[in-house]
Amino acid sequence: MGRVTTLAAAIPRGGISRARQRGYGILYLVLAAVIAFIFGNVPGGSETTFGMNVGRGVAVPNLVLPSAGAAYLLAALAAAAGAIQLTRGFGARWALALTGVIVIFAFAFLTWIAADGQVNLAGILQATLQLSVPITFGAMSGILCERSGVVNIAIEGMLLSGAFASAVVASATGNHWIGIVAAIIVGGLLAALLAVLAIRYLVNQIIAGVVINIFATGVTSFLASRVLAHYPDLNNPERFGPIVLPVLSDLPFVGGILFRQNLFIYACIACLVILHFMLFSTRWGLRVRAVGEHPLAADTVGISVFFVRYRNVIGTFEKEMTAGHGFIGLAAMIFGGWAPFGSFLAGLVFGFADAVQTRLSILHVGLPTQFLQMVPYLVTIVVVAGLVGRVRAPAADGRPYVKE
Amino acid sequence: MTADVGTQPSVTQRIGSALISAARQLIVPALAVVSALILGAVVIILSDPKFVSLLGTDIGGAFGAGFRSVLAAYGGLLKGSVGSPDAISETFLRATPLILAGLAVALGFRAGLFNIGAEGQIYIGGMFATIVGINFDGMPTFIHLPLAVAAGFVGGALWGFIPGILKARTGAHEVITTIMLNYVSYRVIDFALHQPLLQRPDRSDPVSRFVLDSATLPPLFGDTRVHWGLVIALAAAVAVSWLLFRSTKGFEFRAVGLNPSAAGYAGMNISRTIILTMMISGGLAGLAGAGEILGTNHRLTPLFSPGWGFDAIALALLGGSRPIGVVGAALVFGALRAGAAPMQAATGIPIDLVVVIQALVIMFIAAPALVRGIYRIKVGKPTGTEISIKGWGA
Repeated sequence: MGRVTTLAAAIPRGGISRARQRGYGILYLVLAAVIAFIFGNVPGGSETTFGMNVGRGVAVPNLVLPSAGAAYLLAALAAAAGAIQLTRGFGARWALALTGVIVIFAFAFLTWIAADGQVNLAGILQATLQLSVPITFGAMSGILCERSGVVNIAIEGMLLSGAFASAVVASATGNHWIGIVAAIIVGGLLAALLAVLAIRYLVNQIIAGVVINIFATGVTSFLASRVLAHYPDLNNPERFGPIVLPVLSDLPFVGGILFRQNLFIYACIACLVILHFMLFSTRWGLRVRAVGEHPLAADTVGISVFFVRYRNVIGTFEKEMTAGHGFIGLAAMIFGGWAPFGSFLAGLVFGFADAVQTRLSILHVGLPTQFLQMVPYLVTIVVVAGLVGRVRAPAADGRPYVKE
Repeated sequence: MTADVGTQPSVTQRIGSALISAARQLIVPALAVVSALILGAVVIILSDPKFVSLLGTDIGGAFGAGFRSVLAAYGGLLKGSVGSPDAISETFLRATPLILAGLAVALGFRAGLFNIGAEGQIYIGGMFATIVGINFDGMPTFIHLPLAVAAGFVGGALWGFIPGILKARTGAHEVITTIMLNYVSYRVIDFALHQPLLQRPDRSDPVSRFVLDSATLPPLFGDTRVHWGLVIALAAAVAVSWLLFRSTKGFEFRAVGLNPSAAGYAGMNISRTIILTMMISGGLAGLAGAGEILGTNHRLTPLFSPGWGFDAIALALLGGSRPIGVVGAALVFGALRAGAAPMQAATGIPIDLVVVIQALVIMFIAAPALVRGIYRIKVGKPTGTEISIKGWGA
């Protein structure tokens, strides 16, 4: 911890150390080389077709690019970013540059994988936004807890039990709104348990979180086998359909991506704005950020639950269906520097990896599906390894508070 | 003279105080298990369809049905775990991988590392053991079998090396990296099982060829299922005990776990200790996978571990991160696991009940203040569970 604080003091606000700058610069150059020599290595004259339409907006013609040419152009862009990073540096905009290079790399990957074929770019982007929602909600929960000094590793368990509760309650009542309320209540109870264990009984916060995860996995699997298996009607919730915003959804390209989405995406963005405002512009937020550990932290953990439910868009509950999304949410939180909008950007990166992965698994491209499925997890590891300790964690994060 | 006699406790007094301190150490784990079983009973009752349907009309009958469910479930567990020689063999068989995985997590705890990746290390260890076990036809058993077991250790150690070096070099928290590596390992196994190196030629589903007889761990007694993997597990417990409490390296592990800064000032190499701990920890988990493949399953399948890597966390906590404690806890959990399948067959209560009970056990163990509060007893600080896991920045 001490090392991090001194590091933070030694470098300009928002910037990163010299060694890091060099590291990123070299990384960009390596990525540029990968793009040029691997992604550019396609049969001459092959073209990549990007579908630009999703939904029924004003149709846009498909974007057809020469695969090799596009790869070389993107490689040049990445190389330029690397060169700037190595010489002048991006200063406080390093995160933006990093995001840019990630986008370039992802796009180059798509042109390579779909050379002589077609991918629906608009569809992928729509799915990206959709898949980023649970991750972003998880990250928001993490931000709230960690800003108040409680490490919340139980996000996974909260997502899982929230999904279970919403599926069952929505099916039983026939009303998906009540399902959401149930998810929030269950998530809140687990959060309260975490708060009680961590704050009242001074259990190591990481262990308390792991306990909740194991407990949630066990209870939901147990109940799924014992109850849902015999009463399949209890696992058949009404789904949230897409909300099609008039006019906006007819916009070419972006209409289908942004304005033909389900409720949760709009709710997620609203929550981001609210959370950002609450944390950084209200007295309550100041207190949360200032106290670190405090009985107030209990309240915060309690509030942190509005995120919990998302999954019943997908419909029925399955055992262990969250498959690590809670942890990916934690990584998004770290990647986003413990700030709401930063974590949303990070959530989009993970969502993109997920969206591409599921599509390519169906397309049967050259890479084995198992490796594509690993991508979101590998990205999480790289993010955690590359950024923890460089991004400043809230100072009292994870420490139990005992009154003197 | 009389004063001297007064200060020197007699042999019986010393034995007595040793017994009392042993009882003190056992009281929290024992109460934790009892409390978890009680809460588990509540879960069974509440999820009993008969109980729920009778609740509105006949409360007495509802509770009667609920209690009958609990008795049936716990009776089934008991019968399936210690009810017959075969059941006892099954308990030891189930305890074998749990001992090794529990040792893996306990060793990590001692060095201040929370290895949640035992599950993935079990898989990769099992895969390495399979690769050696299905090849080298004609090699004599006394070379082939140790080689296959060692391959399991190496596989797990490699999988443990990754979070170790990431933590040492970049500060990446091992909790996140090991969990992510668990998910990666499932895909690695799935991929490997579709390659001709492993896959059975006559099958299209992911199943490996059978391990050769020369690499098979033989049964311990006659034709019971418990095999020599149990001996390996117990030997590993002795070895870990020696490593932690009798060797210089183990002293460094514990010093780094208790106070990394002080250990650093004392000239210990923290990075190397972290990497080495994670490798040995992963290797132990890998042995668990190897034992299961070479002794019980004789072939590799996806998801062959029913979550031992996660049970291991409970075991390490329950056993106070002491090897002997881990062995005892593994026998208890082995009995739960062994009894779970017959229980499900007899009563229809899902196996997952065991996971619920385990999570409750960890909760009670991790919060001694909770046990103290519930039972109004004095229990000391948790001795031996010196876990010092910190937030992301540390």
